[in-house]
Amino acid sequence: MSAAAAKSGPRGRRLLWPVVCYLLLGAVGVTMLLPFAWMVSTSLKAPGYAAEAKPRWLPSEPVTVEIEGRSCRVARLADSPGTRVAVVGYAPGGVEVQVLSPKAHAGERRRVNESDLVFLRRVKLHWENYVTAWRAEGMRVSEAFFGLLHDASAFLVFYLNSIIVSVCVTLGTVFTSSLAAFAFSRMKFPGRDAIFVGYLATLMVPAIVIMLPVYLVLSVLHMTNTYTALIVPAMFSAYGTFLLRQFFMTIPRELEDAAVIDGASPFQIYRHIVLPLSKPALATLTTFVFLHSWNEFLWPLMVVDSLPLKTLPIGLAHFQDAYTTEYHLLMAASVIVMIPVLIVFLIGQRYFVRGIALSGLKG
Amino acid sequence: MPGWKSDTPTRRRPFLQALPFLLPNLLGFLVFTLLPVLACFALSFTDYQLAPIQHLSQLRERMPFVGAQNFVKLLGWHREAGALVANDPDFWRYLGNTLFLMLGIPISIAGSLFLAILLNQRLRGMTLFRTIYFLPTVSSAVAVCIVWKWVFHQQPNEVGLLNSILMSLGVSSPPDWLGDPAWAKPAFIIMAVWVGVGGYNCVLYLAGLQGIPEEFYEAAALDGAGTWARFRHITWPLLSPTTFFVVTMSIIAGFQGSFLFTAAYLMTGGGPAGATTTLMLYIYNNAISWHQLGYAAAIACVLFVLVFGFTLINWRYGQRLVHYG
Repeated sequence: MSAAAAKSGPRGRRLLWPVVCYLLLGAVGVTMLLPFAWMVSTSLKAPGYAAEAKPRWLPSEPVTVEIEGRSCRVARLADSPGTRVAVVGYAPGGVEVQVLSPKAHAGERRRVNESDLVFLRRVKLHWENYVTAWRAEGMRVSEAFFGLLHDASAFLVFYLNSIIVSVCVTLGTVFTSSLAAFAFSRMKFPGRDAIFVGYLATLMVPAIVIMLPVYLVLSVLHMTNTYTALIVPAMFSAYGTFLLRQFFMTIPRELEDAAVIDGASPFQIYRHIVLPLSKPALATLTTFVFLHSWNEFLWPLMVVDSLPLKTLPIGLAHFQDAYTTEYHLLMAASVIVMIPVLIVFLIGQRYFVRGIALSGLKG
Repeated sequence: MPGWKSDTPTRRRPFLQALPFLLPNLLGFLVFTLLPVLACFALSFTDYQLAPIQHLSQLRERMPFVGAQNFVKLLGWHREAGALVANDPDFWRYLGNTLFLMLGIPISIAGSLFLAILLNQRLRGMTLFRTIYFLPTVSSAVAVCIVWKWVFHQQPNEVGLLNSILMSLGVSSPPDWLGDPAWAKPAFIIMAVWVGVGGYNCVLYLAGLQGIPEEFYEAAALDGAGTWARFRHITWPLLSPTTFFVVTMSIIAGFQGSFLFTAAYLMTGGGPAGATTTLMLYIYNNAISWHQLGYAAAIACVLFVLVFGFTLINWRYGQRLVHYG
């Protein structure tokens, strides 16, 4: 639209248009990034300075000195900026301060109005919040992974659980979906289209409708709080089958016919022709399924309530319950949880974006 | 295999040959999708209350068939002191909440289209912007909700990020977003729009825009069409298949509200005073917190019917508005 607008428009408009675009794009971009920046900023603040009456972007805290065994806040006098004083006590009608500098007056005690003081702050980044959050002393895991880990940090356990679950779910989904997609796209058998329409119809079913009976059966079989409960029901994706089928349909049949003449079996065609040609589609599905599985909240929440089996999302929710008001630690933990997803997304972004476009196509 | 090596090999492959490919997925699909859907309907006609059992044979007696009792309780009305009162007023309230929160959908979709048009300009750095806009969608919803709870924060002597911005813009007493029943839902809508506006819908619109031939705009420009006329008569009609898809998927997702479930679970617990409890959270509470699986299944079925009904109506009437060029 703009290219045409720019060509037809007068000279001033041609120059102005990109500026307007960038301003709008930038404003939205800032809005998107602001909460993330606020998260990182808070995660580096000192305990007790996360929540304040006037929020500060730069993590800072009051400068203090030790006088007679007490910690006193340092300020400068508003009317003489060179004078540093420490507040040593409160008195009726003002505060009592001790002069720190200039040297000539050091040690002198004065009484001033609090409004004459400008309290000094010092920027300090508390990276150790990340260590504190990671260690989460309040929720150590006494035993995990069938006795392999003892007295482990909760987030280590959540990470390993998320990796195990997401990797298994992703491998399982990509494998079963690609097989089924091959059958739906390259083979002719009775009832094929009916079954495929059945698959598509279930995409419309709210996930909770499916989860309730599966949860019931798992809990009756005493199988909640197992890796099986986390992994197996998530391994069969109608969506994945649909996505891969769409892609497999675009592979020319001539390649396959040539292989058939050479005596290739269907599995050989799948393995040596269709899969190698479908790397972008497989990468798309892998990125999709991995991110979805990594972020999945409701299903693990339903089937797991034992700490050693929690994945990152429900582990972070548990952490929030345990550290409700310690926002600097909550934000540090949120950063810890977000980082790997962002890395996977930045790597697989191209495939991800393609996949969305592909799933919107008619077929 | 004579049929296999005929000149149209792909047409004659028998079912048996397809079976090994189909089986893993089909079996999983039957066990973990189709059967559960049917089981959920069956479950909704029972009064199953989750309790540990020793043997599977006990399952039958734990699951008394109660006919349509759950649905009567859920959807029915009775007369109380001369006035009609719903048997389960909570359900209607939470259905209302769910529908109210779906007001964010048109805002989000309009925003996605707007962003997609901006991103479709031939300017440098568009990939960077698209990546930034997509970040909230791929970030863990739990982390996003914890961060937003902090952004909405409002306590005596403690002001959150959003309210400090509002105050610097001249709003003297900004709302206690998550603590005030009147403001909790708008807060959720703001957050959901923030999460969704640059996500899937935006990428779909961008793909749609890139499929519109440049010549259309050039021809329109020659005819003297302005920016709005070009949008109204070229972009919008040619994007209508995308819009149809986006609206359909957004509303299906909106009824389920999995992000808003996470938000309610983590940020408000469904409050204040039930203001942010959606049908999903109500189902979850019934099933997991109160162990009323039969009743939860009944609500889930109603949700399913709502989604299904909407999809049918949409398919029947919505598609008339779609322009296939």
